[in-house]
Amino acid sequence: MFRDTGYKYAAMITIQHISKAYKNVQAITDISLEVQKGELFGLIGPDGAGKTTLMRILMTLLIQDKGTATMNGFDVIKDYKKIRNMVGYMPGRFSLYQDLTVEENLNFFATVFKTTVAENYELIRDIYIQIEPFKNRLAGKLSGGMKQKLALSCALIHKPEILILDEPTTGVDAVSRKEFWEMLKNLQQKGITILVSTPYMDEATLCNRVALMQKGKVLDIDTPRNLVEGYTRKLYAIRSNDMHRLILDLRSYEKTDSAYAFGQYLHVTGKDDEVEATEFENYLLKKDHHELQVFDIAPTIEDVFMELLREVE
Amino acid sequence: METVIEVRNLVKKFGSFVANDHLNFDVYQGEIFGFLGANGAGKTTAMKILCGLSSPTSGEAKVAGFDIYKETEKVKRNIGYMSQKFSLYEDLTVAENIRFFSGVYGISPADRKEKQDKLLKDLGLESAKDSLIGSLPLGWKQKLAFSVAIFHDPKIVFLDEPTGGVDPITRRKFWDLIYEASDRGITVFVTTHYMDEAEYCNRVSIMNAGRIEALDTPENLKKQYSAKNMDEVFLKIARNTE
Repeated sequence: MFRDTGYKYAAMITIQHISKAYKNVQAITDISLEVQKGELFGLIGPDGAGKTTLMRILMTLLIQDKGTATMNGFDVIKDYKKIRNMVGYMPGRFSLYQDLTVEENLNFFATVFKTTVAENYELIRDIYIQIEPFKNRLAGKLSGGMKQKLALSCALIHKPEILILDEPTTGVDAVSRKEFWEMLKNLQQKGITILVSTPYMDEATLCNRVALMQKGKVLDIDTPRNLVEGYTRKLYAIRSNDMHRLILDLRSYEKTDSAYAFGQYLHVTGKDDEVEATEFENYLLKKDHHELQVFDIAPTIEDVFMELLREVE
Repeated sequence: METVIEVRNLVKKFGSFVANDHLNFDVYQGEIFGFLGANGAGKTTAMKILCGLSSPTSGEAKVAGFDIYKETEKVKRNIGYMSQKFSLYEDLTVAENIRFFSGVYGISPADRKEKQDKLLKDLGLESAKDSLIGSLPLGWKQKLAFSVAIFHDPKIVFLDEPTGGVDPITRRKFWDLIYEASDRGITVFVTTHYMDEAEYCNRVSIMNAGRIEALDTPENLKKQYSAKNMDEVFLKIARNTE
């Protein structure tokens, strides 16, 4: 077994210069990154960023065109059998047997991995206990939140060293998303290395480190804190009583570089970062905006991501 | 202000399960109305009823002035619909998609030609007329999908999670389109899981376990629930589901 090989790797996942194309579509281009043991690492990006392709290569379900990748020291091509035994995977689409019950699904996955539910129950207890009252229900009849908990239990039942989760919170409401991230934090406490993907920028702050991805490329990799601190533009929050007109007026102002809606405020940058708050204020007062507020604001990961997108495009 | 959606004591049951429990609300012309709720709260059920695709168990509702029991075909002609999952046919061209949806909504070929030219010009898509939808960048696709959903000048457009999985810039550009439609007097009825987008709506309703628990402007909801933002409002209302 891999635990007896005597090798100790600080990096649990290594990815070096991985590229993959499907026919004429370049899915990922020259991606390199490392995930440390015990880390909660996020792949953050929209549809088409290449998150799923990268995960499927790591899961040994796809073979890359170029580059190498290892999981706990094992090569994703040569050692695929070993990797499959030590990794838990929750794919983006609900992957369980809809016509088996909750309990049957769990037993099935335990048996495939030559273990029993009883042997590793401790690991899944906190999650499974929430769906145990419905253990005789068919998986296809579960609500979205319950399906997610069952899929996670099944991915964990063989006590994996590494857990790979492909957009577990997509289409999930804000409450269930919070609960899911709490579950992930608990699993991380138990020493499991976690690689998770999401299109929700706000979830980046819940990871130790993240890779920001777009169109098959990594735009940046760092801790959420460093990413935000690395944003050097001067950023203003602006609002008035007519937000749509505000955004149009700001966009037609020659000193505005970007103006984007961020919840109840717009986040605005000036052409050069010398533009003062009072300049925006005076311009907007002339345009007859009322209840105007203009103030400095700290950037979020989403501001950072959008700035990177603008640099690329 | 003209009322374009009127819902009174609307109930929908599946067996003993109450998916919509006495819903009451009005939506006004030109309004951007956010329809929020946790998964399983009953949003999709209510939307299907308002689109004329499903009949309620009891209660009343009018959409664009038409009764949702007896006049479902008229309802369908006066609304548009778009979701992230279903919008345009990927293996048809831009022009073919427009022709298809024009047919569905009963636009005459002569009217179509004129409207199509204007639409492609406004979107800057004239050169892409004969391109397959599947080959277009996501941002263009979304713009076109939305334009096609309102091509027949409906009174109301229903948007079901239109921005899921979209990058943050494209997501914001999509909201520009929503504002423009609303300025033109089209009512926008939208669901989303992005709580920042709830802030962009004129009014927001939040469903929980089949009931509408709150309905007001984002500003008033934040005051009422002593919350910093809509995310907090949502968490306070929708916690303890399932």
